[in-house]
Amino acid sequence: MRLEYSSSEMMSVTAARALENGMTCFVGIGLPSEAANLARLTHAPDVVLIYESGTLQTKPDVLPLSIGDGELCESALTTVSVPEMFRYWLQGGKIDVGFLGTAQIDRYCNLNTTLIGDYHDPKVRLPGGGGAPEIATNAGEVFITLKHSKRAFVKDVDFVTTLGFGRDGKGRDGVPNIGRGPTRVITDLCVMKPDPETKELVVVSLHPNVTREEVIEATGWEIRFADVLETTPEPSARELEVLRELKARTERKHTGE
Amino acid sequence: MAEFLSLHDAVARYVEDGATVAMEGFTHLIPVAAGHEVIRQGRRDLTLIRMTPDLVYDQMIGAGCAKKVIFSWGGNPGVGSLHRLRDAVEKGWPHKVEILEHSHAAMACAFEAGAAGLPLAVLRGYVGSELPSVNDQIKFIECPFTGERLAAVPSVRPDVSIVHAQKADRAGNVLVEGIVGVQKEAVLAARQSIVTVEEIVDDLTTQPDYHPNACIIPGWAVSAIAVAEKGSYPSYAHGYYPRDNRFYKEWDAIARDRERFKAWLEENVYHAGGQS
Repeated sequence: MRLEYSSSEMMSVTAARALENGMTCFVGIGLPSEAANLARLTHAPDVVLIYESGTLQTKPDVLPLSIGDGELCESALTTVSVPEMFRYWLQGGKIDVGFLGTAQIDRYCNLNTTLIGDYHDPKVRLPGGGGAPEIATNAGEVFITLKHSKRAFVKDVDFVTTLGFGRDGKGRDGVPNIGRGPTRVITDLCVMKPDPETKELVVVSLHPNVTREEVIEATGWEIRFADVLETTPEPSARELEVLRELKARTERKHTGE
Repeated sequence: MAEFLSLHDAVARYVEDGATVAMEGFTHLIPVAAGHEVIRQGRRDLTLIRMTPDLVYDQMIGAGCAKKVIFSWGGNPGVGSLHRLRDAVEKGWPHKVEILEHSHAAMACAFEAGAAGLPLAVLRGYVGSELPSVNDQIKFIECPFTGERLAAVPSVRPDVSIVHAQKADRAGNVLVEGIVGVQKEAVLAARQSIVTVEEIVDDLTTQPDYHPNACIIPGWAVSAIAVAEKGSYPSYAHGYYPRDNRFYKEWDAIARDRERFKAWLEENVYHAGGQS
């Protein structure tokens, strides 16, 4: 039987599959949180989810709207202060993977969540850095997930809030005690990984029924494709069921209160 | 020794025009009632410090209380922008507000350093970020032992910190439960502090849920305690009431429009609450 699913569901399932059972993951709010909890509810029951509000090893039944919803604390193994979270657990090297979203990303995986336009005369003021600048450098590696569009995927970000590989791809070279940085970017069209040498993003896998042209059209630079371009495996019926139930529960909770 | 005051009197005594004020609570236990009292008393030219400005600072900025905002993530969590903050930064309404932005890690460390009485916080932070180019309070130093380049930011030392907590007892001891954020650090880092609470109990240490490792701020480390029931709403108080996520979503439309915001403020702040 052919499964029906949306491109957003394809993105969430693919992002969830990036997490391995037993990993410790510092989770960003929004799409990363959806993917990380889907992973926990499917193939990775022992994934350790940590949110910057101090909630350590949390197992929320519904997705939090904010990074500090009560649900996160009530279902956590323990809740620590925010300084302890950033100093001991993140900076102390206890996090395998940071899972982030972003407003803008460029070819070297630098993230911009600060503003569009000039800093002192912004066209659009975005929320700012939050936990991302240190998650991206202190976690072992970084996964990034966001929807693919020309507005989001730009050749050079307007502002480097959070380091990918710097404006020249060499931003991590020779820096001591720094994580590997972004290792994959998961969108609703494809999966990208940084080139091992240049660190420029390369499409390694297209989602089913997505064409190269669609990716080229939604990317703000001349995007490269891997020599061996794979097709991302489809979601399973179980993954879709769990994801839909999770989102329905979340919707009921957030509108019902 | 903490003095028990009404919220009106606590704010009147400790929050002066031009003061540097930290109102903390990381998503949880946000001192919203105190923020409204500051608005009602018409305080001006405040330097407002908060990791996540949230709705409370959006309202205070829109009401004209702020001269400068020091923060690390200025959005409506899970919803989008803080439109009053944006309007002040992008269009200068109701007046231009200066901003100084950090990362969460740096601000958390700066609060901790303030509590520890240090002049600065040191962290492995801001590597490759362009934030240091727009914030002159971010510097880099060399570790005298290893030579590693580390980020340094000045500690946070507010004139007054305001936090909300579940309960205080007759001696002024304060219990903070759930997501504890940087509330304790904020209180200890400040010259003066106001703690608003859901309720006063006789003695925290004889409460059935008392625990030797509970997060308790001793009464002698707090300046004033004021009762503010539902004082965090639409944020929440663990064990008392949940976060009103629906209101957070509704705020987007209210704050987007200047007139609608002013009407909301009129009805819900100027003509509401305010025990004296």
